[in-house]
Amino acid sequence: MTGLDVVIGLLGLVAVGAALMVAVTRQLVHAALWLVVCLAAVAGCFLVLTAEFLAWVQVLIYVGAIVVILLFGLMLTRAPIGPVTDLSRPRRLLAGTVAVAVGAVIVTALLMAFGGATIDLSGAPQGDATTTGTVIFRAWVLPFEIISLLLLSALVGAIALSRASGDEVDS
Amino acid sequence: MHLAVPLVIASALFAIGVYAVLARRNAVLVLMGVELMLNAVNLLLVAFDVYLRDTLHTGQALTLFVITIAAAEIGLGLAIVLAVFRGSATIDLDLLRTLADHDDGPDHDGPDLDAPDADEDHDTTIGRQAQRSGSPP
Repeated sequence: MTGLDVVIGLLGLVAVGAALMVAVTRQLVHAALWLVVCLAAVAGCFLVLTAEFLAWVQVLIYVGAIVVILLFGLMLTRAPIGPVTDLSRPRRLLAGTVAVAVGAVIVTALLMAFGGATIDLSGAPQGDATTTGTVIFRAWVLPFEIISLLLLSALVGAIALSRASGDEVDS
Repeated sequence: MHLAVPLVIASALFAIGVYAVLARRNAVLVLMGVELMLNAVNLLLVAFDVYLRDTLHTGQALTLFVITIAAAEIGLGLAIVLAVFRGSATIDLDLLRTLADHDDGPDHDGPDLDAPDADEDHDTTIGRQAQRSGSPP
């Protein structure tokens, strides 16, 4: 039990608590804001695991872009401000049972396989910008280019979806 | 540092994401649940990358790709959600039953396949949804 264990444990508690609030809160906009807390705590976990570059990418893309897009989506679909009672399905007990079962299976499998393992964090950071950049542009350059094509096509598809419905309204 | 700590955190995040996807009725909240699950996977990938001291850094490269795919997915997903909202004025997943079997069953008068009938059927479906959303749960 070292200091790093305590730090990542506290960050994990924050992440799990914020994720629970995302899953059960009755206010739509608060769910998006709790998601910010959860994603920032996961970025902190990345920092503890010495993956600096990924931590800042997580803050930039998830907190900076994805949550803002989600907030736009909430506003454009006229999300009500204030508590809403019927945000969850009536069968949430069944959903909770399934979720607990999934989590139990995953955590049992992982702990049976890697329960006593320790991470050696001494030495150079595993994921600073130099290391990650070198690896991405040497070994992973082809998947990187393919993923940029996928991102481009997804953006074009999103624009096409929005425009098609807009034309129907106009005609 | 123990590897078990990030593993437990990632499992809990994934389970909460599964619950959010299954239990939420608002489509945007379901997308948030998907984001939680993707984050759990990211945390696992980074933890195992650091644990294995992989020289190719497979875990971190895959995490970058997962983040990119999540951005693409959220963009497309919200475009679809907005298109659905324009079409039927609700994103409540329990009310969007246009693709499901209707309650009145097969004894519907005439085939629905020609265009005007299909349009009328669409309108009545929207009317039924508005009726349902107006009634108390």
